[in-house]
Amino acid sequence: MSWLLALPIILPFITAVLVFLLRGRGSVGGWLSIGGCLLLLFASAALMVAVLDEGVIAAQMGAWPAPFGITLVADLLSAVMVVITTITGLAVAVYALSDIDVRREVLGYHALFQVLLAGVCGAFLTGDIFNLYVWFEVMLIASFGLLVLGGDKAQIDGGIKYVTLNLVSTVLFLSGIGLLYGLTGTLNMADLHLAVREVENQGLLTVVAVLFMVAFGVKAAVFPLFFWLPASYHTPPVAVSAVFAGLLTKVGVYALIRMFTLVFTNDTDYTHGLLLGVAVLTMITGVLGAAAQSDFRKILSFHIVSQIGYMILGLALYTPLALVGAVFYLVHHIIVKANLFLISGIARRLTGSFELSAIGGLYKSSPLLAVLFLVPAFSLAGFPPLSGFWAKFLLVKASLEIEAYLVAAAALVVGLLTIFSMTKIWAEAFWKPHPAGTAPALADLGRSELAALLLPVVFLAGLTVVIGLFPQPFVAFAERSAGQLLDPTDYVRAVLGGLP
Amino acid sequence: MESVLALLIGVMVAASVYLMLARNVLRFLFGLVLLSNAANLTIFTAGRLTPAAPPLVPEGMAGPVGVVANALPQALVLTAIVIGFGLFAFALVLVYRGYQSLGTLDSDAMRHAEPKLTAPDAASAKPKGEAS
Repeated sequence: MSWLLALPIILPFITAVLVFLLRGRGSVGGWLSIGGCLLLLFASAALMVAVLDEGVIAAQMGAWPAPFGITLVADLLSAVMVVITTITGLAVAVYALSDIDVRREVLGYHALFQVLLAGVCGAFLTGDIFNLYVWFEVMLIASFGLLVLGGDKAQIDGGIKYVTLNLVSTVLFLSGIGLLYGLTGTLNMADLHLAVREVENQGLLTVVAVLFMVAFGVKAAVFPLFFWLPASYHTPPVAVSAVFAGLLTKVGVYALIRMFTLVFTNDTDYTHGLLLGVAVLTMITGVLGAAAQSDFRKILSFHIVSQIGYMILGLALYTPLALVGAVFYLVHHIIVKANLFLISGIARRLTGSFELSAIGGLYKSSPLLAVLFLVPAFSLAGFPPLSGFWAKFLLVKASLEIEAYLVAAAALVVGLLTIFSMTKIWAEAFWKPHPAGTAPALADLGRSELAALLLPVVFLAGLTVVIGLFPQPFVAFAERSAGQLLDPTDYVRAVLGGLP
Repeated sequence: MESVLALLIGVMVAASVYLMLARNVLRFLFGLVLLSNAANLTIFTAGRLTPAAPPLVPEGMAGPVGVVANALPQALVLTAIVIGFGLFAFALVLVYRGYQSLGTLDSDAMRHAEPKLTAPDAASAKPKGEAS
């Protein structure tokens, strides 16, 4: 069993070494990267099947027994996050064939991309909190490299803000780990679940919990801590910002969900109450920030912030249904958001800019792209019958159930404002005529370019539609996953063996 | 001993926050180094400071004999130092590169990614996104 858990981490590292050695040989690196992602997809699918069959699975690295060694563990949430990571990775790897120029390819784009995937998968699969820190770092250093690769002025500028603020959050995370270890004497998450009950000074535990909340909050880009995101996500090539938009903040959300369902549940009135306020403010500030922007990718960046609010909302309400909504939202959002960034890249390729006032005419010249944009855009806003509708529906229903009417109202209003931003993009980029004559049609791009750019978009849009039309199995899955989160007995038993 | 170290950590964090509030990015980085070292000291102190024997397992035994020092925090700190060093080296080079290409270390003057809007139509005047 243990190789299944380690495979999603080892495979990308092997691919990274290979593509690094073979960089600068035309498209060899790109195809190898795609091959690596395909293998990774098989591995993660096998992991998913194993978790569905056997429940939570765990493996001790180096054969050190549970609370002492490093544990890899996969429950349904981890498994689905790994699967969705590899799907996004595959889509972006195909897109990168056309989007990444030779210069960036030679500098090692594909190698960094694979290391990023390894870091993200590692963060989802680890069952040890210090190991989580290490995977965060692997992910961060790869993302630093990807962000500034190529060295455009805007990239360096955005990179400085991204790097500095993320490093501060890392240090906070590290201090939190130190203090938590001092309180409990263990680093294993399942063991922590048991050990935090024995802590005499529960108030101190809450302080540590807030430290973690701030550290993960920076990564997840929640309300007062999100400024690095809209400052940097629109600067790198689309094949970089799409994978960032899909995956990186979601690792922060995952870490929050994991820690605040497994470990820090001692004072949920305070911690989850705080998270609730943060979630609502994140939703509102994100969507208002987006309304003020006029750049395709900046609008999308602010919408990441706004959507993160919904996921945190699911965690903060802390009812079974709300967690179902949070898990569903995570999966839906990664697909949709990565797709929207990929589409923004095609729009730029056709019209020459990300600046909405400088582009237009896409509906007339490439109606297919217009349809492909509408699917994730409407899904993001929560139109039935697309995936976003069900995600929002679950969360709003969960907040109505516990009579949090203000929260439900905020969620609905933010959905409405999301439509406003999406219609702005629609009206500017697609409907109005191109200010400088006509935009070239999709067909002008050339067949191989077109295939590399469009295939991932069609694939991800198809997934959105499928989740939207047949939500039942996905909701049922999210329900099982939320059940595991709320009652971590299985998780603890799988990691610690026979212990209660 | 713990309280002395706790005070030291407090002073380090205060100094690092002061440095990080500066507009100069280089000062910010120095603050960051100080902060990460404060975090390392936190882990070290949280693992309890005891005047115990080194955690060595005598030959032929399965575990150490008697009271030994906790070796885990030191392993954690060692890992954290290595990672922190790597990240700091990267950040330093990035800031140097930023100074070369942006011509400033003042974070308020770094407006290439988010240009100031002076007039309502300023956004359309200069399309960005040099990335391809």
